[in-house]
Amino acid sequence: MDYFIELFLGGITRGAIYALIALGYTMVYGIIGLINFAHGEIYMIGAFTSFIVATVLSIYGFPLLAIVLIAGVAAVIWSSAYGYTVEKIAYKPLRHAPRLSPLISAIGMSVFLQNYVLLAQTSDFLPFPELIPEFAFMEPVAHIIGSSDIIILITTAVIMIILTVVIKFTRVGKAMRATAQDRTMAMLVGINVNRIISATFIIGSALAAIGGLLIASHVGQINFYIGFLAGIKAFTAAVLGGIGSIPGAVLGSLVLGLTESFATGYVSSDYEDVFAFSLLVLILIFKPSGLLGKAETKKV
Amino acid sequence: MSVFKQGMRGLFISLWFMFLTFPIMVIKVDPIERIVRWRWENCLYIGVGTFLVYFLLQYLLHRKLQSVESNTEKDNEPRESIIHRIIANPQQRNIMVGILLAVAIIFPYFSSSYQTNVMTTALMYVVLGLGLNIVVGMAGLLDLGYVAFYAVGAYTYALLNHHFQLGFWTVLPIGGGLAAIFGIMLGFPVLRLRGDYLAIVTLGFGEIIRLVLENWGEFSKGPSGISNIARPGFFGMEFSLDSAIIYLYYLMILFVIVTIFIVNRLQDSRLGRAWIALREDEIACQAMGIDKRKTKLVAFSLGAFWAGIIGVVFAAKTTFINPASFTFLESAIILAIVVLGGMGSIVGVIFGALVLILLPEYLRALSEYRMLAFGAILVAMMVFRPQGLISNIRRTYRFDKTQSLNVK
Repeated sequence: MDYFIELFLGGITRGAIYALIALGYTMVYGIIGLINFAHGEIYMIGAFTSFIVATVLSIYGFPLLAIVLIAGVAAVIWSSAYGYTVEKIAYKPLRHAPRLSPLISAIGMSVFLQNYVLLAQTSDFLPFPELIPEFAFMEPVAHIIGSSDIIILITTAVIMIILTVVIKFTRVGKAMRATAQDRTMAMLVGINVNRIISATFIIGSALAAIGGLLIASHVGQINFYIGFLAGIKAFTAAVLGGIGSIPGAVLGSLVLGLTESFATGYVSSDYEDVFAFSLLVLILIFKPSGLLGKAETKKV
Repeated sequence: MSVFKQGMRGLFISLWFMFLTFPIMVIKVDPIERIVRWRWENCLYIGVGTFLVYFLLQYLLHRKLQSVESNTEKDNEPRESIIHRIIANPQQRNIMVGILLAVAIIFPYFSSSYQTNVMTTALMYVVLGLGLNIVVGMAGLLDLGYVAFYAVGAYTYALLNHHFQLGFWTVLPIGGGLAAIFGIMLGFPVLRLRGDYLAIVTLGFGEIIRLVLENWGEFSKGPSGISNIARPGFFGMEFSLDSAIIYLYYLMILFVIVTIFIVNRLQDSRLGRAWIALREDEIACQAMGIDKRKTKLVAFSLGAFWAGIIGVVFAAKTTFINPASFTFLESAIILAIVVLGGMGSIVGVIFGALVLILLPEYLRALSEYRMLAFGAILVAMMVFRPQGLISNIRRTYRFDKTQSLNVK
């Protein structure tokens, strides 16, 4: 039974991290209907920035709490900056192009960013500094759930609540929902659509950066290629929940996290990634609209 | 915009990029030795580089606008490049093809076996590009898992050769056929998906194939791969290493010619026109009575067939394969070839493959930046020239008064 609970909690933790990345996919898709293939790379850059900042600070002997805060803020700032710039360079000029053009451009951006980090830094796996200490009060349940899992769950929950509030009650959130529903109409009622799209990319990238920091300190190592796999998995989660739907992305991530956790725990750990990809292929074939998404009808 | 304003804007953009690239380009940490290296010179390069690129782009944009303005007064004939004019004129085209063929045939006698080998690789990518061009360029289905079919072909030859000692020529059709069957198997359920979902499913499929090859050790020998694969023979003759390279080169020339011939014929056939119509507008196409699913499936399996064939050649050429040769990046390279050359354009794809594969080989200093450039090419082509370097010219009927009078 302990093993089951351990797998269950592990799956929830995984799902929570996927959710942070999947939200970026789903928000961008909801607003401009684009699969932002470079989103995984934004997450990777977030992880790398926090790695660099945290290591530099720890070499210069900063206290742990300051390291965590500064690394987190730096990751959010730079990831958002990258997300914003990528949108301006690779997607904005293609707003009215055929559907496949921005996707190809996004793939190009993804390959470019991967190799940019590879050339500027290194291709080796780098050890990520331990940012989350083992808490003493966690001792009795430490064999089931680690301290970092708890931190991840709490952080994710807080971020989700903040995001919900932002989208439901602020002006930006309202404008985002309006733009997602009907871009032309949003323009007519005086919403600066380009600015809203930029805001979406920035928020999505910031979430991915936090995900990057959390997962990197959880796993303990990073390299330039982590964005690809994480991106695909988060995308799977977003599609599973119904792409474009924000609660759907969270639900899909949890389902994916649990599936992976149980599959690796009970079946085989060699095929961990195969499960995720098979799930993706199966959903897209049988229920492309996902768990909470609406089926898209096309008018001629 | 005044020059001063533009200068300020350029300055602002380069400052932004200096800020953007700061943590990744400037700081390099060694977490084990606990050393920080500050590479400030990179910051300077980025700033100056961005400034220059910005002005180059502004200048190009300016010229483009000017030429558009001066062109609007003239007639609206599409401007054709030299290459298009040569293709349009059958006499010049034949001369060009003859010269190219002659150069291709005498090439191995003037160059080292290393260079012949590089050329063979480039020719393989020409065929791969042409195969993917059927799927992406003509039928408009973005296939990001193309390398999976390539892997199927390569592993078919490697395994059949390893276990049953089957020869190259026996396996060649089997590899192609098996890849085509995989294409149909994947295509059946997924082809009703919309364009971007299809792209992601094919990507997932490509990764599944690679991961299975990597993890199913009893079947594929896992990451260590299969070695000692036989080189192709010629009616039972075996070759030495040098002559095998030259033999493979001529084989690839033959493959390229056959592929060009078939693809060219396909393009103008009923099927090819159905693909192009399907790419432009699916609904209108179905209304005209084209079986959407069947047409797409044929495109998919034909593309897979070529990938399978080249997979067999690849296994025979390198005599060693492992799953690391079939990553997503390989698919991205082939896609970059098709996009750079011009989607749907045969001459363009050939040109794209030769440029993208040969350039990094001969400019050794640049080979490190190869994938960086491929990514940048995909973005830049989509933004500035979506039709590719040598775009495909649609066949159009022109109404000619003098000729129409003769028709009775």
